[in-house]
Amino acid sequence: MANMAQAIRMALAYGEKHLGVTDVFGEDVGPPLGGVFTATQGLRTSWNSPLDERGIIGMAYGIAVAGGKPVAEIQFCDYIFNTIDLLKLVGNAHWGSAGKFNLPLVVMTPVGAGIHGSIYHSHSFDSIMTHIPGWKVVMPCTPIDAYGLMIAALKDTNPVMFMKPKALLRTKGDERIPGEPEDEKVLKDMIDAPLGDRTNWKPRWPELTDYTVPIGKAKIVREGTHVTCVTYGRHVHWAKAAADTLANEGISVELIDLRTLYPYDFDAIKTSVRKTRRVVFLNEDTAVTNFGEHLLRRTTEELFYELDAPPRLLSGKNVPGVGLAPVLEDASVPQIADIEKMLRETATVPA
Amino acid sequence: MQKSTLRPRLEPALQVRIHDLMVKTRCVEERMIKMNRDGEGFFWIGAPGEEAFGVPLGLQVKKGQGPDFDYLHLHYRSSPIIMAMGGTMLDSLRQMGMRATDRYSAGRNFTNHYAIPEWNVAPMAPTIETQYLIAPGTGWVQRRHGGDGITIVNGGDAGTAEGDFASCLIWSTRPGKELPMLIIVVNNKFGISTSHATQHGVRNIADRGIPHGMQTKVINGNDVFESWAAIDEAMRYVRTERRPYLLEAHVSRLNGHSSSSGANRVDEIDCILEFEKQLLADKVRTDAEIKATWERWRDEANACVKQLRTEPFPEASDIWKWTFHDDADNTLAKAGGD
Repeated sequence: MANMAQAIRMALAYGEKHLGVTDVFGEDVGPPLGGVFTATQGLRTSWNSPLDERGIIGMAYGIAVAGGKPVAEIQFCDYIFNTIDLLKLVGNAHWGSAGKFNLPLVVMTPVGAGIHGSIYHSHSFDSIMTHIPGWKVVMPCTPIDAYGLMIAALKDTNPVMFMKPKALLRTKGDERIPGEPEDEKVLKDMIDAPLGDRTNWKPRWPELTDYTVPIGKAKIVREGTHVTCVTYGRHVHWAKAAADTLANEGISVELIDLRTLYPYDFDAIKTSVRKTRRVVFLNEDTAVTNFGEHLLRRTTEELFYELDAPPRLLSGKNVPGVGLAPVLEDASVPQIADIEKMLRETATVPA
Repeated sequence: MQKSTLRPRLEPALQVRIHDLMVKTRCVEERMIKMNRDGEGFFWIGAPGEEAFGVPLGLQVKKGQGPDFDYLHLHYRSSPIIMAMGGTMLDSLRQMGMRATDRYSAGRNFTNHYAIPEWNVAPMAPTIETQYLIAPGTGWVQRRHGGDGITIVNGGDAGTAEGDFASCLIWSTRPGKELPMLIIVVNNKFGISTSHATQHGVRNIADRGIPHGMQTKVINGNDVFESWAAIDEAMRYVRTERRPYLLEAHVSRLNGHSSSSGANRVDEIDCILEFEKQLLADKVRTDAEIKATWERWRDEANACVKQLRTEPFPEASDIWKWTFHDDADNTLAKAGGD
């Protein structure tokens, strides 16, 4: 099975061939490296930029104005913070021009902890990004969803922020990418750049086909009846592990992978919460003005009389960074045991 | 870097046209200031004093849509350029008056903040210098596309302190990937209330292009003839060589920074009066013709204000429009709750 980096790469290759992608660019995105996570190896339109994040976002904006279809990468979301005003400009170009200009561009950036990235390679970006209207914001948790969400992003005529959960970029899924060969070694030989000299290397892309995960549609990963867990990115997998454990205790967890953070699928949340009457929102961003707080507030306002227990938020601790030592990282972002505990408490607190 | 001494001859008919557009621009700006003072508009920021440079620039733009034509990434002192390209007084005044009929932003943006896709004028923001980051994107597409369309970006002297200006110099001169860009700094010697000379030690801003291998020039932007020739020369270079050119134009700032500083007239060289002296000396225009030009455009500005007073403001429900493209019923816009 393809890993998530390979899936993103294949989606971009599909985009180059079928969806008019003109530029895939950023720091170390082009040859020889093809991205620090290899997600852009071998792409026909990939190129390296100066180490200038503001320049990268500005370039994407300009390419889109001139009719191109750019995919820009910020190497780690930790380095996107100095581009916030440009992200605002991208987000308000359509609104501010009274609909005259739209910017069909994609920005992708790895987010979150999980690779011992220390203070400046572990930040989350969901809360800030969802605070910038005019963007669609997605985050996959499996290679197949990464493929389908990227293709959806490339088809979209609006700016889309594609957040890559960096801890999952090397992980494989259990569904094959459409067109992916059965033998993963064959895939590797076809699309992974060799070590050493890559001067004459070219990828041989599989016969990839269209597969779109609609932006704005959540996925019910696991059906349950006692408590709903709404999450995205790598915490989908941890929540699933926690739900497996709780199932042995007789607690049935309904797990929602939001997949799109904006425009998010509140209908899916409502439907589930009306069934379970209990909900936990889970993510690893810092706690204060967390995106999950918004979902929690809206749930409280719209479903208050249908709840049997206080809705909860389990998030990262509200500290300036994620420390390098494993004990510090584990204490900073929700762990499986933390998720189990909060789901158990929420599922069992008396109505 | 060259100091320009160009004094070309311009055809009398062109001089008349330039003068007419300069007066038109000044009159619309003065009418906007009056709207601000009368409570018919809020913040005003504009370009009185930049007409001698902006009008010759606007007249030499290859106007159209798509990479075969020039892209413009402007700042908020660009009314002479837009007026010379064919912008109307009514459209500018509608934006000042926040009308729903404002073609640039439907009442959403400050005055003199354009967005004109059919003329390749990219959306404008008051964030000084971000346009210098966006411009290389259109330049990059034009480099790939070929032809003689170029990207034009302009901004002020104070904003060159932002790193975005340095980014523009770097991105437009990547070896083997040079971009067809006319990079303009309009130097009015102030950033709001702060003198440029107290903050910048560089001899000329244009000198910053030299280490990047750029053609550069400093000109007197208060002189129509010098401006026309320098823009012509720079545009010819960029159109044919497909490389960037950095042009610094020294201009006056006749009404201060904006309405926030009172918008009162200050004692600096008025490029229109200087041009009119030349027109009279060369017998291109008479006193009576010049006076009639001013009267005509002032009357036109007043008529436009009367017209826009009859036009509607936006509706409150309009806030949801255009958050997303292809969202006709605003469903996506309201996905976070309304």
